[in-house]
Amino acid sequence: MGDLAWIFISAMVVNNFTLAYFLGLCPFMGVSGKIYTALRMGAANIFVLTVASVCAWFLDTFVLPYAPFLKLISFILVIASAVQITEMTIKKLSPALFRALGIYLPLITTNCAILFMAWVQANRGYSFLQGLAFAWGAGAGLTLALVLMASIREDLEFVKLPAIARGNAIVFIIAGILSLAFMGFAGLFTS
Amino acid sequence: MSSSRLLVTASPHLRGPASTPKIMWNVVGSLVPVVATAGYFFGFGALLVIAAATLGALLTEMVFGSKGSLGDGSAAITGLLLGLTLPPGFPLWMSFLGGVVAIAFGKLIFGGLGQNMFNPALLGRAFLQAAFPVAITTWPTGEEGWWNLSPTQASLPLMGAEVDTVTGATPLGLWKFERIATDAVDLLTGAIGGSAGETSAVVITICGGYLALRNFLNWRIPAGIFLTVFVLSGALWLIDAGRYPSPVFMLFSGGLMLGAWFMATDMVTSPVTSRGCWIFGAGIGALVVLIRNWGGLPEGVMYAILLMNAMVPYLNQWTQPRVFGTRLGEAAS
Repeated sequence: MGDLAWIFISAMVVNNFTLAYFLGLCPFMGVSGKIYTALRMGAANIFVLTVASVCAWFLDTFVLPYAPFLKLISFILVIASAVQITEMTIKKLSPALFRALGIYLPLITTNCAILFMAWVQANRGYSFLQGLAFAWGAGAGLTLALVLMASIREDLEFVKLPAIARGNAIVFIIAGILSLAFMGFAGLFTS
Repeated sequence: MSSSRLLVTASPHLRGPASTPKIMWNVVGSLVPVVATAGYFFGFGALLVIAAATLGALLTEMVFGSKGSLGDGSAAITGLLLGLTLPPGFPLWMSFLGGVVAIAFGKLIFGGLGQNMFNPALLGRAFLQAAFPVAITTWPTGEEGWWNLSPTQASLPLMGAEVDTVTGATPLGLWKFERIATDAVDLLTGAIGGSAGETSAVVITICGGYLALRNFLNWRIPAGIFLTVFVLSGALWLIDAGRYPSPVFMLFSGGLMLGAWFMATDMVTSPVTSRGCWIFGAGIGALVVLIRNWGGLPEGVMYAILLMNAMVPYLNQWTQPRVFGTRLGEAAS
């Protein structure tokens, strides 16, 4: 159990995918304008991560030992299908959210965070449960970063930014500052 | 059209004596004893570090800031606070650079005073910690005489310099890596290793208390921080006194005092509601205990405050007081 908790915490804050590894920056910049969309983008990411983690574990345990060269391509395939399922579900259940997420929803397919998760999980030889903990930690970390950024950006709307900082420039700068702040978690629970 | 006699403005029309420059210069004044203490314990070099950081901050504000923004004193505060959190023997050019980064990326890029999301001084320090991890954890003891300047301090940018100064560990470092506790009296007076202005808990508390009495800072924030740190570290200490330091040690070591009184209470980057301030303080306290006890670094006050700064927009939303006359759960808007 302690092992699982550690994997979760590590993926969520210490090695936060967005703020420590700079993965998944595309939705981080794109849909962090409102807390509403940020939270739901995070949830979509968590779902895709979970599906990808489970599928990647099955592939890695039962298929890939016989065909190791298929690793990358099979993971990409799995992620693409998972994203497609998510997209169709959201489109059916909440057209408003579907429009709000826009291009960023299909772009989860190419979200490097998810491929990274599957790849690292396979390389570290995580068990099924460990893989799930890793995927949820990664998803929670992505959501945390997205929501933090969204709350800051909602406040930024009251701020008169200088011309050079408008648009995505300030988002990159805030991402850098958040990343500096998250360095405080480095080495947590290892000593 | 707009004659100054017929000025139509929204309420309130009462004018108070407090203004932004007045408050800011009061804070600067209250930092003077802290700076003097730093000079007393660590010598001339510490004063130079503080001066370099302040110079960097002021020059950046002068060049890039809006007209007249230099006079409100906020850049001076940022520079002073940054200098106070640096080791006394820090290379001066790095200190200057820290001041520039603090003002440029901490404040001006957000549009100047009152619009920044993160404490500029701490941002400058976080930058320096990431950029120069060795220099910022080298702690001279100040035993070489008051006027002594080490060659490290005068080194030129990016040239690299030999470190030749008497260094010692900070109380937090001693505890983290060797499990040696420091005497409480030394922690209170400040005769210990550490950052230039963070060592003397007594002086900082008196200066911060003055600001709290004048209502220039919200007392709930330091109160929340101290309470949380005391309770959490006290509980841990009772569980295992050999592994976790005592609550008194936690309160008076490292940058907690300076951070709690002067940095967390920055009016711009702290919550506007009273309840928000309590949560803000408690969050900082909890993060400090977490990072100090289980993190890889001995000190976590800077990161704790920066992380809670990022939470402030949330806290402001969550803790909106109920509009008079509305029922609980009813949307205020």
